[in-house]
Amino acid sequence: MDAHILRELRAILGAHGLITSPEELRTYDSDALTTFRAMPRAVLLPSSTEEVQAIVRVCHREKIPFVARGSGTGLSGGALPVENGIVISLTRMNRILEVDLANAQVVVEPGVLNLDVTGRVEARGYFYAPDPSSQSVCSIGGNVAENSGGAHCLKYGFTTTHVLGLEVVLPDGSLVHLGGKTLDAPGYDLAGVFVGSEGTLGIATKIILRVVKRPECVQTLLAAFPSTNEAGAAVSGIIAAGMLPAAIEMMDNLAIQAAEAAVHANYPNCGGLLLVELDGPFAEVEALMSHVCEICRANGSGEIRLAQSEAERALVWKGRKSAFAAMGRISPNYIVQDGVIPRTALPQVLNEIEKLSKAAGLRVANVFHAGDGNLHPLVLYDKRIPGQEEAAEKLSNRILELCLAAGGSITGEHGVGEDKKKMMSKMFSEPDLDTMQRVRCAFDPLQLSNPTKVFPRPRLCGEKPGEYVPHPLETAGIADRF
Amino acid sequence: MNASEFTNTLAATAALEGSLRAIVGPQHLRSTVEADAVADVRPRIVVEPATEQELTAAVRLANDAGLSVIPRGGGTKLGWGNPPARADLILSTSRLNKVIEHPWADLTVSVEAGCTIEKLQATLAHHGQRLALDALWPARATIGGILSSNDSGSLRLRFGALRELIIGVTLALSDGTLASSGGKVVKNVAGYDLQKLATGALGTLGVIARAVFRVHPLPKTSKTFSISTQIFEESQRVLNAVQDSKLAHTALHVRAASDALPLVDVLFEGTEAGLAAQEAQLKKLLAPNALLDSPSTVWNARQHLWDNSDSAAIAKLSVLPCEIAQTLENIQRLGAQYRSHWQTIIEAFGIGWLRLEGSPENLRSELQELRAQLERESGSLIVLHRPPTLPPFDAWGNAGDALPLMRAVKHQLDPKNTLNPGRFVGGI
Repeated sequence: MDAHILRELRAILGAHGLITSPEELRTYDSDALTTFRAMPRAVLLPSSTEEVQAIVRVCHREKIPFVARGSGTGLSGGALPVENGIVISLTRMNRILEVDLANAQVVVEPGVLNLDVTGRVEARGYFYAPDPSSQSVCSIGGNVAENSGGAHCLKYGFTTTHVLGLEVVLPDGSLVHLGGKTLDAPGYDLAGVFVGSEGTLGIATKIILRVVKRPECVQTLLAAFPSTNEAGAAVSGIIAAGMLPAAIEMMDNLAIQAAEAAVHANYPNCGGLLLVELDGPFAEVEALMSHVCEICRANGSGEIRLAQSEAERALVWKGRKSAFAAMGRISPNYIVQDGVIPRTALPQVLNEIEKLSKAAGLRVANVFHAGDGNLHPLVLYDKRIPGQEEAAEKLSNRILELCLAAGGSITGEHGVGEDKKKMMSKMFSEPDLDTMQRVRCAFDPLQLSNPTKVFPRPRLCGEKPGEYVPHPLETAGIADRF
Repeated sequence: MNASEFTNTLAATAALEGSLRAIVGPQHLRSTVEADAVADVRPRIVVEPATEQELTAAVRLANDAGLSVIPRGGGTKLGWGNPPARADLILSTSRLNKVIEHPWADLTVSVEAGCTIEKLQATLAHHGQRLALDALWPARATIGGILSSNDSGSLRLRFGALRELIIGVTLALSDGTLASSGGKVVKNVAGYDLQKLATGALGTLGVIARAVFRVHPLPKTSKTFSISTQIFEESQRVLNAVQDSKLAHTALHVRAASDALPLVDVLFEGTEAGLAAQEAQLKKLLAPNALLDSPSTVWNARQHLWDNSDSAAIAKLSVLPCEIAQTLENIQRLGAQYRSHWQTIIEAFGIGWLRLEGSPENLRSELQELRAQLERESGSLIVLHRPPTLPPFDAWGNAGDALPLMRAVKHQLDPKNTLNPGRFVGGI
């Protein structure tokens, strides 16, 4: 990148809005998936939509690829920089612009933290429902990019359910509004396409969020089973009884041990632990919870505990939400996967995982959203032992293949990013992927916005506005033009 | 279309007929009759493919021949949108009507586009489940049509619109590409969400061949209450009080008309014990207003707007939830000004339906003024049904600054403008 471009960017943002020194850039060379690293040429810290537009216009003119970044907590390498490209960090755009509870809406900038949205509305009895485990540090912009879920999306839906509208800087620097404060605006549901597009269609600079009313009562139950098989059967029983709990989470023995070691959640030591949360009007929850207890007992649960206070409930969730980080207590390294299976395939897939784990000589801990079949198998390994990292990666990919064979998905909430783009061709056919890329061509004909993610091989769009200049990805041999 | 273009189209259609007949079989291709007209435009042939492959081949052949395609399910909402700029071929999904798979314990269902909502609901009910959507004309309306028109009713308050229920889609693009997105699991973020893009696209991007939905358990019991109100402000107060409470209502709307006082209806679903408690809470919350027990048929009010509607205009409104009373006052004022008879239902989440009857010129002015007012308040008005006498009137209104992007999406997926040309926003 020429010095004059950096000068131009500095003029837009001021000296404090531009990072170019190698030491400082290192902070941005990966997201929370640290196996992928790449050094950007510059990190830009805009404070306004206009600044984002000005930066993107320069990138567009100069055909410089850029990657938007929120808090960097993503687990799929979605915010991994393009080598020598630009990272646009949105952490300074962190204002809550509007709280409109009469219409149950909050308007935020992308750098606002997930939990801070709830923080602003909880005094009035509202909350922001998507609750990824990283919610105290992850940003709404990142949540929008990844269509983040969380434990409670079984009942409340994902980020996409809670985004009413977006202000977006398109990859040519122009500004558009997708969706809005009212529902069903005339035209295509481009907000629906943008959410979950992993930063490949542009940069959201304002987000209109829907907030929901806190239920009258929340009850959380822990049920201990001899193994995950019995716990899984209990989940089937709950679903068959026509209930839709706010959350159903499952942990196997290894995951329980790790959570215990890390946060002393006081979990029963058992083969399969189920956490069931019901919410709603008190009388309804009471009636349904007694039914859930019966189902758990009938499926062999030896110990059932209902959290007796908000503090107890919080502790139960703390153990679950810190399960990934807790792996550090029992293993030097781990890979977390995010596969999804039709829930009923659970026993079969878990047995297969166990077989693979034994064959590879690596331990696998299982933590999952059992209600919707979203597995988070944690493959434990020790990098210092030669060959273990490769073996762990192989095992982890085999697990995703199991999920696909069962009719599931390679990612339930972490996104495809850099990490799983090679798996995309195993889940989708070429025509499927081409069709998605045609949509991308409508948003980003020059393929500048997070260009190397999601798709196994980027396809450059046919149109060549202006004089033809080879795209950096073409020169590097990463992409073809079609 | 000039004379030579017309002759060319005629020749292209004749040549195409032979190829299409070979694909779908001679008994599944026929000339159109008067009843096949789409907003007074009569296409030439109707094709009824039986498989996704036949569907794809038919679309591709028409596209290659430069002929336009109107996808059709039950034909219940075929008049929605603007009249087609061209209409050569009707592609009927009537033979693609199977429920493909209902793995009930996974709470999902895969269904072909031509399956009616009634047939789907009957299948799901075998296992105590439903697609949580109260669509119009359930006996005839098909999954493809409901998705394309983004139809949803009162249950949307609790379960979301179709965009929240659809988890996978398979589309036949005009160039013959058969493409899927999403999948068969409820939680899935792999790839772009083309199922949301197809929902509400009025068949202009691809022909929906099949869809996968998440389903919900049927409620154990349900109960409907109505609250009679005197003025719109009072209706709004009732809506606000219920929405801002900790009640777990399933649906909530206000019904009003030029010749009746506004009524608020609220639906609860759940266990007997739960419902009794909610009824008591609702009573306390709304005192001194009385709660009237109402039959569940009040939730068909939206459907009844279409009864004997030949001379009526019917529009879909979208407003901010806290501006429902203001909207009702505007409707009432304009109704008085233009001497129209009106009936409306507005859901607590801000989507409403309005039926207007009056002189054609007045209806036009009234719709225009109301649309302008709603758009000023970041809302919208979409005309769904027009009386034949109504002067030309754009169905959609302002699509905002994303219109060029929408055109670009259309151009990428349907570059020859084969599918439903001219029917969508901004002439798409």
